[in-house]
Amino acid sequence: MGKRVGMEVSIAAAEAVKQCNVDVVSAYPITPQTHIVEHLSEIVANGELDAEFFCVESEHSALSVCVGSEAVGARSFTCTSAQGLALLSEITYIVSGLRLPIVMIVANRTLSAPLSIWNDHSDAMMIRDCGWIQYFVENGQEVYDHVFISYRTAEDREVLFPAIINMDGFTLSHVIEPIELIEQEKIDQFLSPYQPLYSLHPDHPVTMGAFALPSIFAETKKAQEVALCSSMPKILEVWKAFGDLTGRYYRPIETYQAEGADTLLITMGSFGETASVAVDQMRAEGRSVGLVKIRLWRPFPFDDFKNAVKGAKHLVVIDRAVSVGGPKGPVASEVKSALYGMEGHPAIYDFVAGISGRDVAPIDFIKMVDKAKIEIEEGNQEGYELYGVRE
Amino acid sequence: MTKPESEWTWKELPVGNVVLEPGNASQYRTGDWKTLKPILNKDLCIHCGLCYIFCPDMAYNLSEEGYFIADLFYCKGCGICAKECPTGAITMVMEEEEK
Repeated sequence: MGKRVGMEVSIAAAEAVKQCNVDVVSAYPITPQTHIVEHLSEIVANGELDAEFFCVESEHSALSVCVGSEAVGARSFTCTSAQGLALLSEITYIVSGLRLPIVMIVANRTLSAPLSIWNDHSDAMMIRDCGWIQYFVENGQEVYDHVFISYRTAEDREVLFPAIINMDGFTLSHVIEPIELIEQEKIDQFLSPYQPLYSLHPDHPVTMGAFALPSIFAETKKAQEVALCSSMPKILEVWKAFGDLTGRYYRPIETYQAEGADTLLITMGSFGETASVAVDQMRAEGRSVGLVKIRLWRPFPFDDFKNAVKGAKHLVVIDRAVSVGGPKGPVASEVKSALYGMEGHPAIYDFVAGISGRDVAPIDFIKMVDKAKIEIEEGNQEGYELYGVRE
Repeated sequence: MTKPESEWTWKELPVGNVVLEPGNASQYRTGDWKTLKPILNKDLCIHCGLCYIFCPDMAYNLSEEGYFIADLFYCKGCGICAKECPTGAITMVMEEEEK
């Protein structure tokens, strides 16, 4: 077992990037991601990591640099938040289209306006369909672990997709947690040096990012979509290999006290930790409530999700972003798609809670379960509300 | 390009749609974009080569007889050659009106 140390989660993330022996770090500082890139710049400046550190002028350039470096076969890393993610969003579609296995941490933060530096998932939802593998992690250990997991998965010849690790800003990025660090020898054993399938080299010229006419574009998108969905077995295989190495086994959908539960809370990201405390309290009162946590957001694990909620009567989905004028919460929208047509599917009540970092305590989860129960029993089968809004 | 792109299936595409064959843009027929094509009147041509210099697609080549001739496989019919020709030796005509 590795050494367990108290460490700020952002620092642990940067240490993991160092342990992956990346060749290029290109990032622009933005709250609450800053500590990751700040610490990486120190690591590179101190000679602890032999990498190029690019001080770019914007997030758009940060990811663009990674496109170039990854295309010549250099393992590349970037990280950002909110407005920064918005600015580089143009490049996210290019990275996945070119199948470049870049890894990016997003310290999730609210999109302006009003301007807010605090946490929710509005930034992640903005690029939901950008074609990257997208994880939502729950605590500091998961952030640290998923840097290794992401590189190994992304760079696999049967995957070759970029990966985003979504971690809640401040709630995770700025807290000190006990992190079990993994010995470097183990990481070297787990993560082989990157060997690109194609790379830009004058001796073997190839063209990346060529123009496509309408007569072939649909074929390229079909190939991309099939490839991302078919990478699921590899995603699972890498999690299994990581579990064998460290004893920490991850799954696309995680359940807690969910077996036979009538009501299930559905969460994504750091909400899972708080909600589990609420579930313990409700279980202690004899209530049949469990928890289902979505760790893999893209490709969405439809089958695992359906299995996890089988038999439940009520689902209480906790979203952390609003789809304005659309299907309300984006997670609930996915949940409804997953269950559409399923015989005797549970009633789904959707709360959007904790946007812009407003605290959601265990008692709030209990209140939401109570409210959903009343509403559903009164016949509101697909309710939705922004939790805790003052009327 | 081993075959026209309209014949490729999604399963045949290289990962990331990388183009593996260098220089294959030369196989791309840009000539089918045009509606007008340049016709050279050899009696007026002074062999100055301005058409060759100005052609944005490098479609002009020097023939063995010493005339610059547009390769219609690439010529997009923009008419810059006709505009620049100092003697008016080049005229643009609708493709179907060619005699």
